[in-house]
Amino acid sequence: MKVGKPEELIVKGKRLDGRKFEEFRPIIVEVGTLKRAQGSAIFRFGNTYALSAVYGPRTAHPRHIQDPQKAVLRCRYSMAPFSTKERVRPGTSRRAVEISKVLNSALSNVIFFDDYPKTVIDVFVEILQADASTRCAGLNAASLALTDAGIPMKNLISSCSVGKIDGNTVLDLDGLEDNYGDVDMAVAMIGNEDKIVLLQMDGIITKEDLLKMLEVAKIGCIEIFERQKQALKERYKTGEIDVEG
Amino acid sequence: MLKASENYVRKLIEEDSRLDGRKFEEFRKIEVKTDVIESAEGSARIILGDSNVLVGVKLSVGEPFPDVPDEGVLIVNTELVPIASPTFEPGPPKEDAIEISRVVDRGIRESKCIDLEKLCIEPGKEVWIINIDIHVLDHDGNLIDAGALGAIAALLKTKIPKYENKKIIYEEKTGKLPVKDIPIAVTIAKIGDKLLIDPNLEEEHNLDARITITTNKNGEICSIQKGGSGYFTMEEVLKAADLSILKGKKLGKLIK
Repeated sequence: MKVGKPEELIVKGKRLDGRKFEEFRPIIVEVGTLKRAQGSAIFRFGNTYALSAVYGPRTAHPRHIQDPQKAVLRCRYSMAPFSTKERVRPGTSRRAVEISKVLNSALSNVIFFDDYPKTVIDVFVEILQADASTRCAGLNAASLALTDAGIPMKNLISSCSVGKIDGNTVLDLDGLEDNYGDVDMAVAMIGNEDKIVLLQMDGIITKEDLLKMLEVAKIGCIEIFERQKQALKERYKTGEIDVEG
Repeated sequence: MLKASENYVRKLIEEDSRLDGRKFEEFRKIEVKTDVIESAEGSARIILGDSNVLVGVKLSVGEPFPDVPDEGVLIVNTELVPIASPTFEPGPPKEDAIEISRVVDRGIRESKCIDLEKLCIEPGKEVWIINIDIHVLDHDGNLIDAGALGAIAALLKTKIPKYENKKIIYEEKTGKLPVKDIPIAVTIAKIGDKLLIDPNLEEEHNLDARITITTNKNGEICSIQKGGSGYFTMEEVLKAADLSILKGKKLGKLIK
């Protein structure tokens, strides 16, 4: 028995918030939000709100983490205390440590580390508001923040979640669907390539389900990729020049 | 590790062979011993090649989580103790240990192998808390699979102590822990464009990416975790799923 479970998550072929199965929540992307950080970005899936900032490459401290040949990547995922219904205790949780690790692995695929020996690239992901798919939103923001910071990269990382609810494969789970749906899977791919760099799944599925979910995730990731590119173009749009400024 | 041996491991794999002579789809020798620790409610020791893992299950009584007031609580913890490897340091669990714990936890939780509702003593107030502690004694790679196998082997042997007047009487047992399924984790490494099962330590150091897929008795997938800084194609993920389902069935037979 779980408290607060809605009777049905799919009503008349639509999800509770009116979305179709393979439809994202409203997405908001913004690059270069923060002034102090080298690079920054916001990525929102509906009520999930991720902010990422990048500092570096900068001299790696403590010194024993330095690599004489290349830069090292350090990721920190964290949830703001007010980001969920029940307050999140500040500080690192086991969940945050694990997510930081998988975000690091995913981003490592596209960064050219060789250009910056002995340095560290710090990627911070803050979840300001959480309504499921936070690691996906965080990863999308982080990959944009890295780009914004001018870190040389092969491509962007694009990520989305897929799930199974009452036998239906759905894209981009929200909090209710994550809590009470059957399956939750986070996927990240390198841009629009068939390269999966993050994959985590919870719930019981068959191999056929897995195939179907990966296919939906791929379409989702490509859509995210387009939105990311669009946001970057927006940021570096050349237009009128203010001669007085 | 030496750069030379690194290149050698990769070169061998390119030529379709492995350092220890195994086939790509072959596990190392696995030995499972259960009831190895008397003071634990359930225990198992897994020897996977030269990896050696001890798992103990301890039961206590505590408060349930507010969102599931009538279910027992499951907690998995991993200690990478310094005796197991020159790279392990004392102190609180770091990210590698945390990842092992969380992957093993998810396999058990998502397969719903423990009937947590049967572990409720008084809804909202008292439930059994199952602590699974994975103690790594010797590290030669693939600690996730060894830990997960040890966890389910230990759970299957776990007996619930008597609980009377708010006190646990550990000496007396009232019955077995309700375990309904056998989740098995199988880790597959990708080195170059090859997929190989159960990576040993050298292979782990050289892998581009890895994927751990946990399957249940029915051959369904109950959790997936991708690791490592490389990628998998969709086809590779599906091939890994096939392998895990196949090997999961075989491994499950080891611990009945």
